[in-house]
Amino acid sequence: MSDATQSGPVLAADGTPLKRSLARALRAQKMRALMLIAPLLIFILVAFIAPIVDMLFRSVENQIVSETLPRTVVGLQDWDPTDLPSDDVFAALAYDFIEATERRRHTRLGSRLNYETTGISSLFRQSGRSVDEIGEEYTAQFVELNAAWETPATWVALMAPADWITAEAAWAERFAVVADAARIATQAVAEADEASVGQAAAAAAVARAEASRVELEQPVFRLSVAAQEVLPETSDAYRSFARTIQQVDEETPTAEVPWNTVYLALYRDLSALDVSGYNGPMADLLIEADAAVETFEGLTPREAWGEVNDGWLDLDNWATIEAFSDPFTAGYFLSAVDLQLTPDGIEAQPEEQRIYILLFKRTIIMSMAITLMCVFLGYPIAYLLSNLPSRTSNLLLILVLLPFWTSLLVRTSAWKVLLQQQGVINDLLVWVGLVADGSRLALINNQVGTIIAMTHILLPFMILPLFSVMKTIPPTYVRAAKSLGATNFTAFRRVYFPQSVPGIGAGCILVFILSIGYYITPELVGGRTGTFISNRIAYHISSSLNWGLAAALGTILLVLVLALYWAYDRIVGIDNVKLG
Amino acid sequence: MDTKLPPYATFGQRLWFYGFRVICGIIFFFLIAPIVTIIPLSFNAEDFFTFTPGMLALDPEAYSLRHYRAFFGDAGYPLTGLLAGLGIGIAITVALRFFKGSKNYFPIVIFAILGLIVGKLTGLEGEEWMTPMRNSLRIAPVATLLSVSFGTLAAIGLSQSHVPFKGVIMAVLISPMIVPLIISAAGMYFFYSRIGLQGTFMGVVLAHAALGIPFVIITVTATLVGFDQSLTRAAANLGANPVTTFFRIQMPLILPGVISGGLFAFITSFDEVVVVIFVCSAGQQTLPWQMFTGLREQISPTILAAATVLVGISIVMLAVVELLRQRSERLRGLSPT
Repeated sequence: MSDATQSGPVLAADGTPLKRSLARALRAQKMRALMLIAPLLIFILVAFIAPIVDMLFRSVENQIVSETLPRTVVGLQDWDPTDLPSDDVFAALAYDFIEATERRRHTRLGSRLNYETTGISSLFRQSGRSVDEIGEEYTAQFVELNAAWETPATWVALMAPADWITAEAAWAERFAVVADAARIATQAVAEADEASVGQAAAAAAVARAEASRVELEQPVFRLSVAAQEVLPETSDAYRSFARTIQQVDEETPTAEVPWNTVYLALYRDLSALDVSGYNGPMADLLIEADAAVETFEGLTPREAWGEVNDGWLDLDNWATIEAFSDPFTAGYFLSAVDLQLTPDGIEAQPEEQRIYILLFKRTIIMSMAITLMCVFLGYPIAYLLSNLPSRTSNLLLILVLLPFWTSLLVRTSAWKVLLQQQGVINDLLVWVGLVADGSRLALINNQVGTIIAMTHILLPFMILPLFSVMKTIPPTYVRAAKSLGATNFTAFRRVYFPQSVPGIGAGCILVFILSIGYYITPELVGGRTGTFISNRIAYHISSSLNWGLAAALGTILLVLVLALYWAYDRIVGIDNVKLG
Repeated sequence: MDTKLPPYATFGQRLWFYGFRVICGIIFFFLIAPIVTIIPLSFNAEDFFTFTPGMLALDPEAYSLRHYRAFFGDAGYPLTGLLAGLGIGIAITVALRFFKGSKNYFPIVIFAILGLIVGKLTGLEGEEWMTPMRNSLRIAPVATLLSVSFGTLAAIGLSQSHVPFKGVIMAVLISPMIVPLIISAAGMYFFYSRIGLQGTFMGVVLAHAALGIPFVIITVTATLVGFDQSLTRAAANLGANPVTTFFRIQMPLILPGVISGGLFAFITSFDEVVVVIFVCSAGQQTLPWQMFTGLREQISPTILAAATVLVGISIVMLAVVELLRQRSERLRGLSPT
């Protein structure tokens, strides 16, 4: 026990300084707590927070324009919006559009841009049908000049590097063998119709053959350096063609004649550039064509697009494409607050399309009305419950808890049945004589229906927090006030009510948060005038498919709710939420 | 307010006293009447949603079980299931009695009910109401199991004295209860379609488990507030390892909280419809989904029968939670604090 006399830090039993030993113990404790929480935290992050973040991302994401029309978007960067884009941009549009059409992406982009400018959807759809005609007169003239331009092999020799050509040939050979095996196996299945054993074996062979056919991957098309240098536009257009053929049609570019747009690109390259220095494959052919292009005749890209659809000569459509060419956009948020992005900046939507501000206002006002109704109906009940002997109040509390536990759909369907024009409530009113049979009240499919049903559904959420606060108010205070001469009303107003305010605050925020995001009840009993913003969100997700706008509306609603949640946490504390 | 009117009360006080009670009575009526009214309406012999003159005259002809027959259908093997359940229950009871000397007849009832339900819901093919019911009863228990097991562990972690970032963690874990359902549903729809969970059983289960977690966290942490940590220390002192301590000491004491949290999670999943609308495909349509579709499109009186059955289920749930709460309070009153 010499430790006691020693100066210096206090030591733990194992000789380490006590401070460090304690810190280690604390760290171990923290780690243990975190280890216990970690599985749930990860689960919630994956199953719940990630979806929410995804939604936030979708509300600003807009990659579809720059992904579908990459060359056009680059070309539009230095476009003067008062005039039509240059021929270069129209040519770029042709290269982009033919690929988008082959990959069946153009209609999707059309519907996306249609949210911003009506009519673009049909413009894209119609253009998809005739875009392959752009450049066909150049194809004809090149082929007339030299039939070699019509053979796929010429193009492959001109564009691809030697090693790719070898790899592609090797692939084609293997592919033919495998495809043959698959064909034979399929035939065997057909022949071994009755002999089930043979059939099973043959079927297995088919499956194997199919599998190896799929596994056999085509080497992705690459451009040769020489082609890229001497014919930049053509090689780009050809690569787009070759890869699309490979990926979409699962064919090989060695067997397909390029699209007309590739010939257009070749024409443009040859008229603009000098290829006399080129000495790679097919040099003779290229130099011959270079000399001849001056005599070629045909439409400029802009004229060709005008032929396809005169919508392309409309400045508004170009302005829309330009305005939404950024990979991120505020457009959805602007639409969500009834604004729009136009070439001249941010403007209000046309009068007849302004609905979202109205809907937000309606949602907030109706939620407030519901909250107020809940306070008026909930306060007396909570007061009564907290002042009755506990046996009686527990019994009455069941009347509050039963609706709380009953399925939301049960309660909504009950109201739907009761509030109908031929429903129980109207029948009762007619029977009592308050309402004439001819003029039954419209209680459903309007705001009245939503407010009645939602007040009923959310009332327990008001009563329970109020009750738990009121139970803690000592009855002696009111008695003291009365004995000091206060009337019943004064005692209530000056003594009891101020003490119950925290309960009102908690209940109000809870009810308001719940009602502002309600979907089911307004959808079923709200009709056209009693719906909330959440119904619009659902509409955009499942009917109009404008997911970006749905996400933006959802984000605004989420921010609103989180602000209220924060307030609730400050006032009540989230740890103090009580259930039942 | 005093519970009894003093003899010297003035007329005004009397008026107020009785007036207030009448007002409260009306509000209670408002709370309970809609739920109670649909019960007799569901026995309507006609396809109406109001009381027919015959019903008002208590004519037995005007009442019928036809909507219940439509709800339950005649598929499935309820009798076989019931008998099998009874058999298993009796076997277990006998075994328990033989080996442990326990005189508990509970397993017979439990297994008979389980057997009845499982038998009734077996071999369904496109039944209008029973197939959704089966889907609901498949999804809800799995979701509950997930949220209860993760949630209880996390609640125990959260109730320790030194938890870093406790506020943030708590806010994240409670968030599924706060974020409006439509937003959760939208986000899950977008995200689950990206990762291929949209329209799968697993997708709906994950979504429902996430929605049920706040309830488990809240109820279990509330139970743990009253838990005496010196009990676990005593167990450790007597040589029990942490796992034994958890299962033999802590778990039995917090079990009421865990069960009522589980019931909340179950009812959340069982009642949930918004997420189901977006995340499910034809194979996972649940009972609330079927009711929602029925209410939105062609409302048929069978919905009232379904609603009555659900009211019955919620009454059972409410009773169980209430019993557990009382038991938990009794236990806590006994435990040294």
